[in-house]
Amino acid sequence: MATKDVPVNDPMLDPVTGEFAVIAPGHTFKSVTEEVSRIVLTPRTPLGWFFGFTLAGGFVLMLLVALAWLLVKGPGIWAVTIPVAWGFAIVNFVWWIGIGHAGTLISAILLLFKQGWRNSINRFAEAMTIFAVVCAALFPLIHVGRPWLGYWLLPYPNTMNVWPQFRSPLMWDCFAVSTYATISVVFWYIGMVPDLGTLRDRAQSRLGQYFYGMLSMGWRGSVRHWARYETASLLLAGLATPLVLSVHTVISFDFAVALLPGWHDTIFPPFFVAGAIYSGFAMVITLAVPIRKFYHLEDLVTLRHIDNMGKVMLATGLIVAYGYVSEVFMSYCYSASHWEYFMMWNRMFGPMGWSYWVLITCNIALPQLLWSRKLRRNVGFMFLMSLIVNTGMWFERFVIVVTSLTRDYLPSSWGTYRATKWDYATFAGTLGLFTFLFFLFIRFLPMIPMSELRLMLPQAKIHKEAQPIPEAGD
Amino acid sequence: MPVREGTYGLLAEFDTPSQLVSAAEGAYNAGYRRMDCYTPYPVEEAAEAIGFHRSTVSLVCLIGGLLGLATMFGLETWISVWAFPLNIAGRPYFSWVAFAVPAYEWTILYAGLSAAFGMLFLNGLPQLYHPLFNAPNFRSGATTDKFFLCLESTDPKFDLNETRGFLDRYTPVSVVEVEY
Repeated sequence: MATKDVPVNDPMLDPVTGEFAVIAPGHTFKSVTEEVSRIVLTPRTPLGWFFGFTLAGGFVLMLLVALAWLLVKGPGIWAVTIPVAWGFAIVNFVWWIGIGHAGTLISAILLLFKQGWRNSINRFAEAMTIFAVVCAALFPLIHVGRPWLGYWLLPYPNTMNVWPQFRSPLMWDCFAVSTYATISVVFWYIGMVPDLGTLRDRAQSRLGQYFYGMLSMGWRGSVRHWARYETASLLLAGLATPLVLSVHTVISFDFAVALLPGWHDTIFPPFFVAGAIYSGFAMVITLAVPIRKFYHLEDLVTLRHIDNMGKVMLATGLIVAYGYVSEVFMSYCYSASHWEYFMMWNRMFGPMGWSYWVLITCNIALPQLLWSRKLRRNVGFMFLMSLIVNTGMWFERFVIVVTSLTRDYLPSSWGTYRATKWDYATFAGTLGLFTFLFFLFIRFLPMIPMSELRLMLPQAKIHKEAQPIPEAGD
Repeated sequence: MPVREGTYGLLAEFDTPSQLVSAAEGAYNAGYRRMDCYTPYPVEEAAEAIGFHRSTVSLVCLIGGLLGLATMFGLETWISVWAFPLNIAGRPYFSWVAFAVPAYEWTILYAGLSAAFGMLFLNGLPQLYHPLFNAPNFRSGATTDKFFLCLESTDPKFDLNETRGFLDRYTPVSVVEVEY
């Protein structure tokens, strides 16, 4: 890890792999440090930041109003009723938590695979994970109807003498999501400690020195500390990898363990995980494109990052497409169950069939454009494509949750679903909350890991033979 | 810790990691043991040079993970078999397959927290005060672009003038005496 072979004489092309350098050439330890820390330590906050922050804050206020009204009136203000008892709340929950997964994938799985290019984007991808999990965790909590009793999910000795039921996937979900949130926060914070030390040492204001001094816990860059730190980072990455795969697997169990046609599918776990990574990478691009433009970080978040993320999106998109094809095959050709057959017909051509075709267009048809290298390196196109994929993935969850529930086995219990203004307000509010937290993050915390950027520079290589070593012993 | 006075050590500043590593190797070979290197990013060679080869973080993580596994699986079994047995669609009270899922999550939770907090504990962090922060050039460089070797005064081989002379041979940018 410590010495990554980056070419010294040819700055753009790696002679071993023939790949382009990740960071633009000509950077020094000091310049990458300054480029990242100036965003946080500048005494002048850019006007655009205030604009975006205020706009996002408006949406957060809307969320607070929607939540307050929910607490006053109850979940009846939403469109959830029998037969569609899950509605937007669960659609949004699955969508948000899926978005979070790409952050863990970038920070953990790509670290294990030694993908150096991840280093510029992993910090804000991790931040994205945490904020997405915050938005996601909100939904099951408010969906239970009496959120103030949410702690009943936890096993604790109580005067009612009742305990949770551990054979239910909803219970598994509780542990999966809470573990995921905790480990993501720890991974994110531990990763940030050396950079917080840098900010402490570079802060000009007294307040900044105290703030970052406390947060950095006195980090001083001892190589003994670094060695343990590296071990801990690798361990956390190694733990986060099975964790991220398990979280969406468990969420897919919420559906797959039920008997409802359209939910009872063995392909759900891998299909959900691939979809999660797909939408998550789309969200990383949605965030990275404006940020690198606004803060002039084109040297650090290069076209190669955008290109690589496009490739990951294409690959996971094809896995998701395989999932759709498999569902169609299973229900039309293989299951010989007319409930399954009807479910798929209803999904495609029923009253909500339009949503299925939206998802096919956004998730399968349009992303095929990503095969073109030229388009993958077109920042505007990639931004647009990321929005398309996120829309498609939202509709995927909508199709799974809502369309399946509206028409189950018994025609007399069929119903329909039309979201209310409070459903939309809550969803838009969480989009605002996510953006709001992200604005705070990029203003006050280092969004690109400086210590890892330094490691990627050619100067970081150790030249033993170049140094005249004085005689040992004295 | 009692209030201490005097010299904490001699701090040599280098411009490149290679210089630091060769100086650290030299000092170790010369018999210095109480020393540390300070770098703005992990330099494994420097840790090797000062004789730091393996850390116990992995062991702490393993113990934490096993503890998490045992805790959750034990809790689930106790609740479902003894404390609050429920007949759920005729499934056995001891449904170990279902219990595996939360137990798996808690294995990761405990292992991750043990790795993170174990690392901090072994590093002696949080430690907001350290004598090195008194050195005028430490804070401007150690977390940005400079490489430091500190030979500490508690080392039996440490002698202010001799050690300074020793460090000067590695052509550091500067050698600073650090006060407690």
